[in-house]
Amino acid sequence: MNKFFGWGARVGAVFNENKGGPWGTGGSGGSGDGGGSGPRNPWGQPPRKRRPTGTTGNVTSLDDFLKKSRERFGGGRFPSTGDGKPYWLYGLAIFLVLWLLFTSIHRIGPQERGVVTRFGNYTATMGPGIGLTLPAPIDSVQKVDVEEIRTIDIGSTDANSENLILTGDQNIIDLAYSVRWNIKEPQLYLFQIANPEDTIREVAESAMRAVVAGVSLDDAIGSGRSEIEQRVAQVMQQLLDDYRAGVDIQGVAIKQSDPPAAVNDAFKEVSAAQQTAQSYLNDARAYALQLTAKAQGEAAAFDKVYEEYRLAPEVTRRRMYYETMEKVLSRVDKTIVEAPGVTPYLPLPEIQRRQQEGAAR
Amino acid sequence: MIQRLGRNPIALAFVAILVLILVGSTFAIVPETKQAVVVRFGEPQRIVNRFKPNQDFGQTGAGLTARIPFMEQIVWIDKRILSVDMDRQQVLSTDQLRLQVDAFARYRIVDPLRMYIAAGTEQRVSDALRPILGSALRNELGKRPFAALLSPERGQMMDNIQTALNRVARQYGAEIVDVRIKRADLPDGTPLESAYERMRTARQQEARSILAQGLKQAQIIRAEADAEAASTYAEAFGKDPDFYNFYRAMQSYETTFVNNGSGEPMGRSSIVLSPRNEYLEEFSGGQ
Repeated sequence: MNKFFGWGARVGAVFNENKGGPWGTGGSGGSGDGGGSGPRNPWGQPPRKRRPTGTTGNVTSLDDFLKKSRERFGGGRFPSTGDGKPYWLYGLAIFLVLWLLFTSIHRIGPQERGVVTRFGNYTATMGPGIGLTLPAPIDSVQKVDVEEIRTIDIGSTDANSENLILTGDQNIIDLAYSVRWNIKEPQLYLFQIANPEDTIREVAESAMRAVVAGVSLDDAIGSGRSEIEQRVAQVMQQLLDDYRAGVDIQGVAIKQSDPPAAVNDAFKEVSAAQQTAQSYLNDARAYALQLTAKAQGEAAAFDKVYEEYRLAPEVTRRRMYYETMEKVLSRVDKTIVEAPGVTPYLPLPEIQRRQQEGAAR
Repeated sequence: MIQRLGRNPIALAFVAILVLILVGSTFAIVPETKQAVVVRFGEPQRIVNRFKPNQDFGQTGAGLTARIPFMEQIVWIDKRILSVDMDRQQVLSTDQLRLQVDAFARYRIVDPLRMYIAAGTEQRVSDALRPILGSALRNELGKRPFAALLSPERGQMMDNIQTALNRVARQYGAEIVDVRIKRADLPDGTPLESAYERMRTARQQEARSILAQGLKQAQIIRAEADAEAASTYAEAFGKDPDFYNFYRAMQSYETTFVNNGSGEPMGRSSIVLSPRNEYLEEFSGGQ
């Protein structure tokens, strides 16, 4: 037995320098149950034995400090042996305290929830603030951001990538949309589905295609968009609730809903036709306005004259007749032919003048 | 003995390490996301944290579990909802139209023991379900006309596929939670092109009908204006048709001989009058 201890002491001396290392790091496992008191006592003793192997000359100021402080506080538990050998004990103690502090106090941000599991078994969800749990190997906390609205984009507004979807009337549209979601119940989100984000993406695609398959092309491109958005969000929420995914769909936004590039020209033709038709109508309305205005003007003029006429029919009639004749006859060449049988002088002066004009030209 | 150990750090370290190994191989942490099949020399003994429907987290069997060290092993099996993605499939509908279909199934392992015996790993279950999902989909969709694939009947189809798939999945201890068509597209090439062509012609038809409608509307508007003008004239002139005749004749002479209204130069006129003309009546002293 003596022999054994002697050998032990020698090996111990060799090991002594780095013994603290493995214990320090490995201590995480053992310290939980042992509380450190197990190894401390026995380790307190041996250094005295090893003392003779000789490091007396190596006493540092830290050594002194430790010794003094131990004398001050220590007493019974760590018998002041007069040497400062077990630094590692203090290291271990500090490490343990830090370990306890860091693994049992959790700061949960205002947007987060902490999901606590005890040996893997879900125990509670911590709200924002400081949360206390048992130390690390027993309890563990996963922080989940529940406020952040995450976005999944499907399709893109990029011209050279198309996300083609069949509509109810067997047409095809190019659709780009995004889904906004956040986490509703963190424990479900963590434990229920293997790939929550992929799942949400797939559910979104399937819901969008199912809904679009029920509407016409014109609705999908134009007026029905907000309704589609709402219905997709509804379908998605229902599916995800069926999965118990713990996810809240905030909304679906259709960013782009266009006919595919291959038929875009034909769609432009339609809008061109609409413009043209509109211009036809404008022309017709202008004509109508002009025509009715003219009619009203003429009717009003007639009315005025007619009023006068009624006051003195015969005179007015004559006056108008003469006025008109004056205007007419003052502007034209006149030939008065007296009696039947007289050949009028032809060519008429008019024709002469024309000939002159023609010659001048 | 304890005392001796106490005096001997190396022996103590050995003992501590031994204890650690023993503890480590005796206790295992079963997380909420896993089911554990405890196997003794290859023979399944018991299941920890087995999936049960409608069980809240915290009430399940997750947590610390003990086993006999070195004799019992734990096989971990996922408890979460897993997914199988089907490869793209071409489906031929009854009206000979082709459709390219992407689908996925979600499943969960409800009988870990059976799954462990029948497949071993989740990956194998997925591999086994994938072709079956494909063929179930083809069978089911192939029974219907193309239009039905787009219609709300899709829900019923999905249920049928789910039932068919569930029959197989149960052999692997899995349960299908949901089957969905993710994408249903026309295949590239002729089908897509002809669909595009149809869309194009439909648009052209729409464009032409819009133009025709525009012309029709324009014509109606013109005609209405004509009618309105006519009624305005009739109302005004109808008061004295005889005077209107005279009034209009005067206007007409003026327009014809003096000013044709457009302001353009007009042809010069010559008039041959007889002295017996009404205008020249007074010429001869008013006989």
